[in-house]
Amino acid sequence: MSEEKKDLGQEILKEINQDPATTEHTKKPFLGKAAIPLLAIVTGLIIGALLIAITSQSVYAAFGESIGKGFSTAFSEIGTAYKALFTGAIGDPVRMINALGGDDAKELRQAFNPFLESLVQSTPYIFAGLAVALGFRSGLFNIGVEGQLFIGAACATFVGYSITGLPAWIHMPLAFLAGALGGALWGFVPGFLKAKTGGHEVINTIMMNWIAFRLTEWLLSGPMTRPGSGGMPISPIIQKTAEIPQFFPSPIRFHLGFFMALAVAYLIWWLLFKTTWGLNLRTVGTNPRAARYAGLSTTKSIILAMSLSGALAGMAGAVQILAVNRSMALGLSSGYGFDSIALALIGNTHPVGVVLASILFGTLRNGATRMMVVSSIPIDIVDVVQAIILMFVAAPAIIRSIYHLRKPKQEEDQIFLSGWGGQS
Amino acid sequence: MTPILELKGITKRFPGVLANDHIDLSLNKGEILALLGENGAGKSTLMNILYGLYQPDEGEILVNDEKVTINSPTDAINQGIGMVHQHFMLIPVFTVTENVMLGNEAVKQAGFLDRKKAADRILEISNHYNLEVNPNDYIRDLPVGVQQRVEIIKLLYREAEILIFDEPTAVLTPQEADELFKIMRSLVEQGKSIIFITHKLREVMDIADRVMVIRRGAMVGETTPAQADKKSLAAMMVGRAVDLEVDRTESTPGELVCSVENLTVADKFQNIVVDDISLEVYSGEIVGIAGVQGNGQTELVNAITGLQKSLSGKISLLGEDVTKFSPRQITELGSAHVPEDRQADGLVLPFSVAENLVLCTYYKEPFAKGVLLQYPVILKNAEKLIEDFDIRTPNAFTPVGSLSGGNQQKVIIARELSRPIKFLVASQPTRGLDVGSIEYIHKRIVQKRDEGCGVLLVSPELDEIMELSDRIAVMYRGKIIAVVPNKGISKEYIGLLMAGVVPEEPIQFDETAVVEATF
Repeated sequence: MSEEKKDLGQEILKEINQDPATTEHTKKPFLGKAAIPLLAIVTGLIIGALLIAITSQSVYAAFGESIGKGFSTAFSEIGTAYKALFTGAIGDPVRMINALGGDDAKELRQAFNPFLESLVQSTPYIFAGLAVALGFRSGLFNIGVEGQLFIGAACATFVGYSITGLPAWIHMPLAFLAGALGGALWGFVPGFLKAKTGGHEVINTIMMNWIAFRLTEWLLSGPMTRPGSGGMPISPIIQKTAEIPQFFPSPIRFHLGFFMALAVAYLIWWLLFKTTWGLNLRTVGTNPRAARYAGLSTTKSIILAMSLSGALAGMAGAVQILAVNRSMALGLSSGYGFDSIALALIGNTHPVGVVLASILFGTLRNGATRMMVVSSIPIDIVDVVQAIILMFVAAPAIIRSIYHLRKPKQEEDQIFLSGWGGQS
Repeated sequence: MTPILELKGITKRFPGVLANDHIDLSLNKGEILALLGENGAGKSTLMNILYGLYQPDEGEILVNDEKVTINSPTDAINQGIGMVHQHFMLIPVFTVTENVMLGNEAVKQAGFLDRKKAADRILEISNHYNLEVNPNDYIRDLPVGVQQRVEIIKLLYREAEILIFDEPTAVLTPQEADELFKIMRSLVEQGKSIIFITHKLREVMDIADRVMVIRRGAMVGETTPAQADKKSLAAMMVGRAVDLEVDRTESTPGELVCSVENLTVADKFQNIVVDDISLEVYSGEIVGIAGVQGNGQTELVNAITGLQKSLSGKISLLGEDVTKFSPRQITELGSAHVPEDRQADGLVLPFSVAENLVLCTYYKEPFAKGVLLQYPVILKNAEKLIEDFDIRTPNAFTPVGSLSGGNQQKVIIARELSRPIKFLVASQPTRGLDVGSIEYIHKRIVQKRDEGCGVLLVSPELDEIMELSDRIAVMYRGKIIAVVPNKGISKEYIGLLMAGVVPEEPIQFDETAVVEATF
């Protein structure tokens, strides 16, 4: 061992151990945080492509002829599918550019409609994703977003059709608020049970989901049924004054709700990171013992967090009713409540991340419809891709080893959850 | 004489850290080698390499002059290397015999366990080394000191020649520690060799034949207790001169700050763990609560700080009855609490240093206006405290979880002591910290006392209690069995009290014990 070498080792150690102020924190933290989700999305799409290839009949047929042909067919299949996905989700670039050059307003709108429709699809995801993210940040696993969404939708619908004669600037917000309140109530119950009796919120929110489903079924086929629907479980159409306005004539559905979602996301970010309430929620969520030590009331925090989370979920239901569906039927949600758990995780439970992840999901969903039409690839492939992305986000070690990323030195921004039967 | 074990140029790198830097070490047959170093110096990494849990990046291991590769603990034990872990690896509901057999079972013909044979071996080993262990006892019934001896028997049963002890005294009373040292002596007398990992200087002086000091991954020196003293060892360990003794003047107790009357507290299983305790703390004095861990200290502290409800009794703080107060009400009266488990209770690890520094006061002016957090003020506060309390952190935004243990504790100390407080409850304030941090935190606590704060110090480290306290209360099985002024009493005396024995001779004057009571 030469002296020099030993000194070098010590120098390095000194550099790393002793005065980290000069060495760490040189990289932008955001890139580090976004790297895993971005790579997960890329990997998800690649694996999706493989699935498209191996589930395609024509690829097998081509491989039967020759290997080269097999590969070229596989690539063209994947190409067609992803092209359809892209044009379905964003739009046809050529058409968009032409439309921009021309002065046909209708053509312009239609060229950009796929993109706008993706945003429409994203809107309920944003609300629902925020609901789950807020829960996670507060140490609660709100698995009842779907039920809260249904109750929120029902409340918004009821206020939307039953009250007449109000001006739009009162009626619409009122209906929206009613949705939020309904969801909040549905979140409050399991929150209260958790805080007062220690009943686990996962169990109780699942139970509340079933109550919500059956309750709305009864409402829609009973007290809230549309006159003359012949027993179909569907509500009356809401008043014009309760509608969240769409910006363009039909069939373009892009509506104000998207911007309301962004505003709410901003509000949640502000609440969580800029106010004492938010610090309160996050402290209880991250370390309930330290929260108690610091003199916080975990009871209050849990109830508040569940109610707020429920309110956000209720908004997801309300916005779908008031902006898109305009009446309530049982097929209201395509699993927003459950996808939202994935969204919150992919978005690292941060409002900005949730918005981005929601737009991704909305876009994929929207594009998948066209992909199914053009290349007869089932829409379920998008579910698979979403699941793969989620899996990689949840198990970042896989992504790190695939792409040879170094483990971040800083403690990862983890999601802290009180385990089953743990803290209560 | 060739050493029984030799490490040559052992180097281990973790991403971004050089944990062991070309370490050379040799262990002779029949000696006790102390491996001294602060937390995080690389002692554990080195021993884990020896025990087969890590592979070295460079360097070689020689046992009896033969090069060996150790890929697992099984390899290690096959080479005659065994380890007594700090936290015992025993199954409470099994007997000693069953625990010792586990993984190396003696069997009869048809594959049945041969408990008799194993028990006989254990008894033989126990008698041979004076371990006094009954093979048929259940682990759960045994005191900690005996459990540790079971761990030692496990190794001897597997015919280990080299025994590694990883901070073995952390869980023991002083008496049990003395017992252990006797056993270690008898082991080496019978030809075993021992590596003894510690950061306690006194133990090194007491028991080691040779000392090697590790600092920041490198071997910085080798000496013998005869040639060194505690001061020089501490300096080697920390890399600078260290004040081992806190400058502590005579206390000047003032008015009553905290009084506990007939307090009884139960744990969550409804066992009485604090049993009818009365205690008083005056301003300007430090009252130390000595006692082996788990004798009710935790619950006593929880009750005083409002974290746990008491069954009966009364707690008064600054003249107010706070028995039914919430933690926040108690804090707002002017009480501070350095909790026993800093990571579980005292900090929110993923939060920034700045946020942790206002964990108890974030809702008040000037840190918040209404519900709006004033981050500029919070940051300014953080920067000041980071400076004042010498918290080594990249910046105020760094998550507390990525700081070292010593700096995490400094964050808590800074937060609690920077408030205008009249009463401080410090529960194991230096647990697991290195010499430098201990020195610093002790000074801060004494300084707070001198400012007129009443301090209740709870620690299972008798040295710490004797070093800092003006009065010492000894807790044993939920009761305070003695309160004595810390003047001219011996460590042995307190040690006996900690074991529940009330000595007939009340106080034996032993000046050396008081002066040398450090670390």
